[in-house]
Amino acid sequence: MAETALDPVAWTCPAPLGDEPVVVLGHGGGGRLSAELIGRLFVPAYGNDVLAGLGDSAALTLGGARLAFSTDSYVVRPLFFPGGSIGDLAVNGTVNDLAMSGARPAYLSCAFILEEGTPLPVVADVARAVGAAAEAAGVSVVTGDTKVVDAGHGDGVYLTTSGVGLIPDGVDIRPQRAAPGDVVIVSGPVGLHGIAVLSVREGLEFGVEVTSDTAPLGGLVAAMLAVTPDVHALRDPTRGGVAAALNEIAAASGTGVVLAEESVPVPEAVAAACGFLGLDPLYVANEGRLLAFVPRPHAEAVLAAMRRHPHGSGAAVIGECVAAHPGVVVARTRLGGTRVVDLPLGEQLPRIC
Amino acid sequence: MKYLSEFQDPQLARRLLDDIHATVTRPWAMMEVCGGQTHSIIRHGIDQLLPEQVELIHGPGCPVCVTPLEMIDKALAIAALPEVTFCSFGDMLRVPGSDRDLFRVKSAGGDVRVVYSPLDALEIARREPDRQVVFFGIGFETTAPANAMAVHQARRLGIGNFSLLVSHVRVPPAIEAVMRSPRCRVQAFLAAGHVCSVMGVEEYPALAARFGVPIVVTGFEPLDILEGIRRTVRQLERGEHRVENAYPRAVRAEGNPAALRMLGEVFEVTDRAWRGIGTIPGSGWRLAGAYREFDAEHRFGVGDLSAEEPAECRSGEVLQGLIKPRECAAFGTTCTPRTPLGATMVSSEGACAAYYLYRRLDPAATTVKEAHPVG
Repeated sequence: MAETALDPVAWTCPAPLGDEPVVVLGHGGGGRLSAELIGRLFVPAYGNDVLAGLGDSAALTLGGARLAFSTDSYVVRPLFFPGGSIGDLAVNGTVNDLAMSGARPAYLSCAFILEEGTPLPVVADVARAVGAAAEAAGVSVVTGDTKVVDAGHGDGVYLTTSGVGLIPDGVDIRPQRAAPGDVVIVSGPVGLHGIAVLSVREGLEFGVEVTSDTAPLGGLVAAMLAVTPDVHALRDPTRGGVAAALNEIAAASGTGVVLAEESVPVPEAVAAACGFLGLDPLYVANEGRLLAFVPRPHAEAVLAAMRRHPHGSGAAVIGECVAAHPGVVVARTRLGGTRVVDLPLGEQLPRIC
Repeated sequence: MKYLSEFQDPQLARRLLDDIHATVTRPWAMMEVCGGQTHSIIRHGIDQLLPEQVELIHGPGCPVCVTPLEMIDKALAIAALPEVTFCSFGDMLRVPGSDRDLFRVKSAGGDVRVVYSPLDALEIARREPDRQVVFFGIGFETTAPANAMAVHQARRLGIGNFSLLVSHVRVPPAIEAVMRSPRCRVQAFLAAGHVCSVMGVEEYPALAARFGVPIVVTGFEPLDILEGIRRTVRQLERGEHRVENAYPRAVRAEGNPAALRMLGEVFEVTDRAWRGIGTIPGSGWRLAGAYREFDAEHRFGVGDLSAEEPAECRSGEVLQGLIKPRECAAFGTTCTPRTPLGATMVSSEGACAAYYLYRRLDPAATTVKEAHPVG
C-alpha cells in the first residue's frame, strides 16, 4: 500500500478552496464531500471487491451462509430528543443498514466512547435505551467496548454499533439493481427526525412538537419480501435525506429517477419548519423510513403490504425509474415544472432571509 | 403553520398563468429583485410555465452574493482571532474569501458559530463576558432591523464585548443602478416583498416615474410570484408604470414603523460596495456615530483591508441581469457550488447556484416532461 498515492493536493477536483486540506464538518454530512472522502481516501487505502459495492451494509458469503455486515457511529447532540435517543439511533441505524440488503438483523456489538465527567445516570439511560431498542428490533447486543476520553474531547457519549444478519435465499437487493420501470416507494412521512433534533438542539419551536421517526425496519422489510423476493433496491434516507438516497441509487444503477414532488409525504410541521429555515424537506434526515425500488408488476402488492405494517402505514409511491437522464434525479414540481434534485454538498445551511 | 400549501395550489396557479398567457402580446423583460424570489422561481419551475415573451431577469437581491470580497476577508480575519467568537447566519460560512471561508477558519480552531438571530449572538456575549462576540450583520432591509435592535440592546444593557460587522445594503439604490446601466434591458420590477414589509413602498413611486417602469411589490410563494408577474404584464401591455402592491398580506404602504424607528436610530446611510458590481452611492447602512463603538471594523482594525475579485467570475453581470448564469464560461466547469468562484454560486439564493442545482440538465429536463405519469 506504500505506493498508493494519497496526495489530496493532487486531486483533480480540489478540496474546498484548494490548499491546506483538512476535515470539515461537511465531510460527515452524507453528501458529496462524504462521497469524495470515501472514494478518494478510504477506497484507495483499503478497498476490495466487497467494499466496492458501497452499500449500506456489506453482503458476504461465509461458511455457506449469506451474511450482511454493517457498522455505524453516532455523535448526535443532544443525546435525548423528542421521540428517541442516541441509544435508539445506534440500534435502529445499524439494524436498518442490515435490513436494506434484505437481511434479517440478528446480532449487534455496541461500543461506548464516554467523555470524562459525564454523569453515570446519563450513561445508564443511554444503555437502557440501547437495550429497549434491541428488544423492539428483535436483535441481541452480544459484545461491546468502553473507552473514556478527556473532558472537553467529546459530547458526553458517542456510540458505535456493528451488526450481522442473514440474507434469505433468493434475495438480491442492492443499489445497482434499480432499473427503468421500477416504482419508487417511501415508507412514510419524511423529515421528522432531522427537524426534531434541530428543534431541540437550536431551541427552535414550530408550534407543534415534532418527534423523531426512529424505528427498526427489519420487520417491514420482511413483510415486503413476503410479497416478492424481487425487490431491486432499498435505502434508508438518513443523512442527506431522500435526495441523497435517490441520488446514490441513481448513480449506482445508472438509471434516471423522476420524483413527483406532490406525492412525497411531508408533515405540515416539517414543511413549516423547512419554510421558516430555508431548508428542503427532501434533504432532511430520517431514521425510520426506507425507499424501495420495486418492479412495476409487484409495486401495488408491496405497497399494500407496507401499509399494513405499523412502520409503513404512511407508505406512498413517489416516483419511478426512467431510461432518460441516467444517474440524475429530476423532480416534477407541483406547478408542472421540473428541476434537478442534486446530491447535497455537505450540510444544509439555514438561509439568511 | 398556514400560508405555505395555500400559496402553491396548482389550480390557482393555472388560472394566473392562463391570464398571463391571454394578456401578453409582445416580449417583456422584468427583473425579480430578491434572491428568494429567484430561488422560488427556479425551484418550482415557474419560468418554464410562462409565455415565451415573458423573460425574468434575476436581480442583485441575494444578500450573500452581493457582500463584497473584502468584507468576507474582514470577517475571516476577525473570526480567526483567538479572543473572538464569530456568529453568523449559516449560509455565510461557505462563501469564499480571497483564500479561505469561515468553515476553514472553524476547522483551524476558530470559534465560529451559526446562530438564527443577532439576539442569540448578544445572549452569547452576555453569558461569556470574556469573549469578544461579533455578529456578521449582512443583508437587505429585511435583516437590518433585528441587527439594529441587537446593537441598541447591547448599548442599553452595557454589553461591551458585543460588536457588529456591518455590510447592510438597500434595494432602491440598486434598482437605480440597474436602470442606469448602459446595457440595461429591464422594463419592470418585481419588488422584494419582505423588504417592503419593513420599509413600505414610499421609495418606489419616484423610481417608477423617473425610469418609466412598473414596480409591483411581490411575495415569494409560487402564487405570489405569478400574481406579481400577472400585474406587471398588465401594466406593461397598457403602457403604465405604477407602483402596485401584490403582497398586501405582508406589506403595508407605510411599512413597519417600529422597525423604521430602530433603523433610523442605529444606522446611517453610506456608500456601499456590491460584490461583482462595484460601489453604489447611498446603497448601504453603517452604524451611526452614537453606536460606532460597536462597529467590529473599528474594534478589530480591519477597516483598511481590500481585495481583488477573480477576473474569471462574471457574477457582476449575472447580478445586473446582463447575462444568464449559463452564459458564463466558468459555469459548471471551474465554478460549481463545490468550488465557487463567486458568491452567486454559493448561496442557495444565488442565481448561479439555483441554475446549477436545478437546471444544469435542461435537455434532459425536456425529455422528462414526456415520461409517463407516476403512481
